[in-house]
Amino acid sequence: MEPTDRALQWSADTVTRPDAPHRTRRPTPMWVRSARYWMYQYKRTWRGSITTSFLFPVLYLTAIGLGVGSLIHHPVDGVRFLDFLAPGLLASTAMQIGGNDAMYPVMAAIKWLKTYFAMLATPLSVIDVLIGHLAWIALRLFVVCSIYLLIMAAFGTVHSPLALVAVPVGVLTGMAFAAPIAAFAATQVNDMGFSTIYRFVLIPLFLFSGIFFPLNQLPGWFQAVALALPLYHGVALCRGLVLGHVGVSAVVHLAYLVVLSALGLVVAARTYRRRLVT
Amino acid sequence: MHGSGAWRGTEQVAESAEPLVVAKGLTKRFGDFVAVDGIDFEIARGESYGLLGPNGAGKTSTMRMISCMSPISGGTLRVLGLDPAQHGAQIRGRIGLVPQEDTLDLELTVLDNLMVYGRYFDLPRSVIRERARQLLEFTQLWDRAHDKVDPLSGGMKRRLTIARSLVSAPELLILDEPTTGLDPQARHLVWDRLYRLKQQGVTQVITTHYMDEAEQLCDRLAVMDGGRFAAEGAPQELIRRYSTREVLELRFGTADPTPIIPQLDGLVQRTEVLPDRLLLYTDDGEGTLGHVHRLGVTPDSALVRRSTLEDVFLRLTGRSLVD
Repeated sequence: MEPTDRALQWSADTVTRPDAPHRTRRPTPMWVRSARYWMYQYKRTWRGSITTSFLFPVLYLTAIGLGVGSLIHHPVDGVRFLDFLAPGLLASTAMQIGGNDAMYPVMAAIKWLKTYFAMLATPLSVIDVLIGHLAWIALRLFVVCSIYLLIMAAFGTVHSPLALVAVPVGVLTGMAFAAPIAAFAATQVNDMGFSTIYRFVLIPLFLFSGIFFPLNQLPGWFQAVALALPLYHGVALCRGLVLGHVGVSAVVHLAYLVVLSALGLVVAARTYRRRLVT
Repeated sequence: MHGSGAWRGTEQVAESAEPLVVAKGLTKRFGDFVAVDGIDFEIARGESYGLLGPNGAGKTSTMRMISCMSPISGGTLRVLGLDPAQHGAQIRGRIGLVPQEDTLDLELTVLDNLMVYGRYFDLPRSVIRERARQLLEFTQLWDRAHDKVDPLSGGMKRRLTIARSLVSAPELLILDEPTTGLDPQARHLVWDRLYRLKQQGVTQVITTHYMDEAEQLCDRLAVMDGGRFAAEGAPQELIRRYSTREVLELRFGTADPTPIIPQLDGLVQRTEVLPDRLLLYTDDGEGTLGHVHRLGVTPDSALVRRSTLEDVFLRLTGRSLVD
């Protein structure tokens, strides 16, 4: 059949029929609709991404936890070095995933693929686009942190049922980076600023947030600085939960991460609007 | 308009007398720069309305305001009878946008691009899949449905963007330069499809740089310049109003043709001296050419043609380059 003849038929067919059957359903929340896009995109990359989620904890826990740990014969903060290290790595992985997913994908959605603009031509608005993207990052963090916890258990580093709470805390730690970094990414004209974030934020925090050694090993002023930085609070919370000793300080850690995430969201709503609505 | 009810369903028939878009004193400012400077227009249901103008005339800003992606800075705007400032999401749910730059996801397949987009409108997967098949056949992309978008040609990407804008069965289709950068075959295919959509009652707003495109597709059009309307009307009406029936184009090589101009008074309504030729706007091209010959002047070449929209456009917006 000649294609144009078929083409004419669709006018009288489904496309022109009013979309009656689905009108009775409850409408899907707007942010869920925008989060769904990222799920579609993930269909393409999930295999590699899941593999790395398994591989990295195994590599880190083996090389540093068991390898370097074999040189450390006295307890660190009262526990085996491997037990000290593992929960910190969970928090730092969350930071890296949260930070990374709020940099290049945001730039792509603004500039390279213009996905945000495609969304904004539909019923979605700026806040739906933002919340949908952050919700997707949170979901991904949940999966990655869950896998991490499983592997930690396999390494024998989980010492309390409270460790299950380390998963949502890992998500929160990741969001405390994802939200402010997304706010920053929306102000950038290219991806040059992202290497600055890596060099001056993510990597130093990874090294000096009490993951590899207790902060009291640092000189006093340095300790004060490290305590004020966000990753430390994620690390301390996760460690407490996984080892089973949670104190009052947990409230401070939690509040710190919640406030940072919320501030990030508020600022991102502004920078997104400024960038996307002209 | 008769076809409009069929497109969206009977509930729309009652309001079909009302224009789909009404703008009064519509203004868009970016800081001190006035991109759109108080324009008035109405677009009727079922109509194809064109916005022509040089770069920077304010076409895209106008389109972005109509598609509720850009807030207005002044005046009033109603789209589908609603105020974009309050009902933006609702309006966007009933319009389809073909933006100037494609916003396709290059890493997803052709079909997934339609699926993803349809899901923004909360359409069930089964409905999108069925529409996607029809739309991809309509835009002759069905055999590429499972290919990634990235390697497709510019024309295919453009057609996919058009197919995507139709997934939600919009009442109003907004096309910002739908054929810029396409080869002639691809352009004709797009024109054919847009014409069919028009026949089905889909209201269209189109910006373009191509005068033949405007003449083919638009019932009515506005020529924009510097954020304002320089003229508005049906293509033939604009030609009648702003140009003559015919144009005589004369080439003279190195000779200076200007001395003959005063002697053509009465026959020629307007003349234009270009570096390579002389344009004589007249209602009788052949007669004017005969007169030129009688004056003892022999041009290197002579061409009599009908006035086109391009003549109107250049008269209204000037020949100097806009960047």
